[in-house]
Amino acid sequence: MTHPILVTVNGITYKDDVESRLLLVHYLRDRLGLTGTHIGCETSICGACTILLDGAAVKSCTLLAVQADGSKITTIEGLAATSRNALHPVQEGFWECHGLQCGYCTPGMIMMGAQILDRDPHPSEEKIRHGLEGNLCRCTGYQHIVDAIQYASKKM
Amino acid sequence: MMGTHYVGSRVKRTEDPRLIQGIGHYVDDIKLADTLEAVFVRSIYSHARIKSIDTAAAKAFPGVVAVYTGADIQDRIGSVPCASSLEGLKVPFHPPLAIGTVRYVGEPVAVVVARDKYIAADAAALVNIDCDPLDAVVDPEKAAEPGAPLVHEEFGDNIAYRWKLAGGDMDKAFKDADRIIKTRIVHQRLIPAAMEPRGVQARWLPGEKELTLWSSTQIPHLLRTQLAIMLGLSENRLRIITPEVGGGFGSKLNVYGEEAVIGWISMQLSRPVKWMESRRENFQATIQGRAQTGEIEAAVKSDGTILGLHYRIVADLGAYHQLLTPAIPTLTGLMLGGAYRFKNCLMDVTAVFTNKVATDAYRGAGRPEATFTVERIVDIVAHELKMDPVELRRKNFPKPSEFPFVSATGLTYDSGNYEPALDRALEMVNYAGLREEQARRRKDPSAKLLGIGLSSYVEICAMGPSPAMPAGGWESATVRVEPTGKVTVLSGASPHGQGQETSFAQIAADELGVDLNDVLVVHGDTTIVQYGIGTFGSRATAVGGSAVYYAIQNLKAKAGKIAAHMMGIDPAQVRFERGTFANAGDSQKTLTIQQVAAESYNAKNIPADSEPGLAATYFFEPKNFTFPFGTHVCVVEIDRETGEYDVTKYVAVDDCGRVINPLLVDGQIHGGIVQGLGQAMLEEAIYDENGQLITGEFMDYAMPRAHNFPRFELDRTETPTDVNPLGVKGVGEAGTIGSTPALVNAVVDALAHFGVRHVDMPLRPEKIWKLIPRDQ
Repeated sequence: MTHPILVTVNGITYKDDVESRLLLVHYLRDRLGLTGTHIGCETSICGACTILLDGAAVKSCTLLAVQADGSKITTIEGLAATSRNALHPVQEGFWECHGLQCGYCTPGMIMMGAQILDRDPHPSEEKIRHGLEGNLCRCTGYQHIVDAIQYASKKM
Repeated sequence: MMGTHYVGSRVKRTEDPRLIQGIGHYVDDIKLADTLEAVFVRSIYSHARIKSIDTAAAKAFPGVVAVYTGADIQDRIGSVPCASSLEGLKVPFHPPLAIGTVRYVGEPVAVVVARDKYIAADAAALVNIDCDPLDAVVDPEKAAEPGAPLVHEEFGDNIAYRWKLAGGDMDKAFKDADRIIKTRIVHQRLIPAAMEPRGVQARWLPGEKELTLWSSTQIPHLLRTQLAIMLGLSENRLRIITPEVGGGFGSKLNVYGEEAVIGWISMQLSRPVKWMESRRENFQATIQGRAQTGEIEAAVKSDGTILGLHYRIVADLGAYHQLLTPAIPTLTGLMLGGAYRFKNCLMDVTAVFTNKVATDAYRGAGRPEATFTVERIVDIVAHELKMDPVELRRKNFPKPSEFPFVSATGLTYDSGNYEPALDRALEMVNYAGLREEQARRRKDPSAKLLGIGLSSYVEICAMGPSPAMPAGGWESATVRVEPTGKVTVLSGASPHGQGQETSFAQIAADELGVDLNDVLVVHGDTTIVQYGIGTFGSRATAVGGSAVYYAIQNLKAKAGKIAAHMMGIDPAQVRFERGTFANAGDSQKTLTIQQVAAESYNAKNIPADSEPGLAATYFFEPKNFTFPFGTHVCVVEIDRETGEYDVTKYVAVDDCGRVINPLLVDGQIHGGIVQGLGQAMLEEAIYDENGQLITGEFMDYAMPRAHNFPRFELDRTETPTDVNPLGVKGVGEAGTIGSTPALVNAVVDALAHFGVRHVDMPLRPEKIWKLIPRDQ
């Protein structure tokens, strides 16, 4: 059984029919070809699939595509479009501060970083670390990720 | 000599722009038309006899293209390979899909191939596996006992091998000792948990007879060779591509049955087939790490001189051997000498089969076990002799004049100077001040307990000289200057986050005097890149980078000859500096490397004995391993009421030789520390008595998170090595090897006045709370 949905993803509006059980992350990756949103656990623990849904950072692996009906979604591919430069300041921070190694958790980390700064443009280090609670990274030890978000905080 | 423009600088990574924008390609991001998706059906029993497998309902499910079981691939796909060879090693046949018996939870039994992954998952649930459960062997120490249920009946017991390594005379060390101090040590099983699970995509082209296999692996070429053997396919018709790899940590330094099965299915159906591992599968069926239980005995003099160590372990190998499974405990044995000068040792390994997934190389691979054991017993000895753990370490370090130093186990440590790293770490934490503060707090029942933990590690890296490695230990590089002057580096290493696209470009750009952006580093495609070994064992820069360096030297020699010919001078007169060939006798005559490259392809004016083109390939064989070292100091504060603790300070002073890119080295150290502290504080793969994995998801397996740690403070010493021309030693595993004992030593130190001498990892607050007397 399929349902019609209307979603705006990175500024483009899509009208689609989706199966009831189709996960939002699969909709984004397989139907829209936005493969920057990664799948790391399917249980909303790791945060690799973090996107912005109507401005709120959510885990797209445990949302159904039908639940996104009527919403505005930003994925890593569309994040920079909301700022003047080619890269969003958080993306720039990740590059400047070596905030990534294998890069798999990175899109989710960047989306979460953007959310942290959206809520508090000048967060303390502790607040950044707590804000990243729902995002796992196995490579960096987190310190350069914190640096990257602090870099963006200064930049924004 | 090398220039210094890029090497040594904090150069931003060239691989980052695509990754931070989400436009890189991991296996799952590669979309081929008409791709089928596969889901494996796995054993829910740790040990059972398969009576029957009914696939009829799955096959009939709309959208399903095929279902295969062990019977379909028997005699068509060979055994999953094990590259280790040890005397007396029992090597069971390891079918990619179980045949007759299942031996661990998560073992693949069948595979469903369908139009998409949802349909494949639906149909997988319809495969009916009828099993008779058998008694499981879960506890490795019980597995070694007579009468234990047998994982492999044909072997008569569960002992995969016994191995001894002796150095000096341990019996005499015990006789000469004033004290023999011992403790039991458990290195719990860990789950590597790379953020990207495994994934394979295969495309067989029946016309070209070519199988292309995209796999998330650390070893594309070794995988190609092994899969060609498993599939009976000519190796030159198999192409392995490793696109972006989302972390490995050793878990992708392997050849997995699923890789062969997916390739084989694509050949049966002549269609692309994809399989992406779920996180649950990743926890159940990807190799795990550590899993050693042992007893360490130290023979010591009253003055703190360590005479020798005897370490006996039972190593839990799991049900089958993966690529390097049996080799890991032997690495522990090799590093039993630690950072100390004692000459007597005995390592005694009993490696057993259990009904669990295989253990294999996990970041550090046997060396964290050695370092943890040695650094723990050193602290216990210091405590029992009432010596400061710093002084005990200092007393037993080899002196700089003793290098190259032959360790108790017979390894030759290339270079070392251990005291400066220790001194610097102590200075950074203000060790004396901390000890005073600790004494003050012990007297104040309202104060948090303070603990200071040291770890002076030495590791074995840059793996390694071929005679000492299961496969070759060399690495390869091809460097080409293209007709337009752009530089292409093809590396046989297979970086997956370590950043060699940048660090190798730094080396090439400096050596050739070109802009960093003109260098492209290519890796991970067996059709494009010459045979290579891969990335593991902190080897890519030390061995692979050296191959790049030597390839460039050969390339420059050739370019110099062409330049001399073009300038009409004797080749001996040519000087090369910062990208320009000059005539030593005439500063007016110069040619850029780009001009020489263009002419080398144009080939109108090159020496008669020069081949056209400008490229060189080098296979670098290291003469020895490298032995990086350092001291880490961890400071913890423990809440007396709850047993909860915070790491309040963490200092790491590492010596990894010459540093190509300090930014990347810092990143490796940070990540390594967190992985080691993850083991010390949080992580444990727990199986119940039936062999069910209790910690089967991130929900149950405690991964380290950003808020678990303070800001790490790093510094470095730099002791040169002559093992390779770059002077680099490797840094990928240092943090993981150094950090685990530092934390445990800190917690035990905080509790020492309560009589605590050892606590098994992971140090959960509950364990610590139980050790704090309630009446204090």
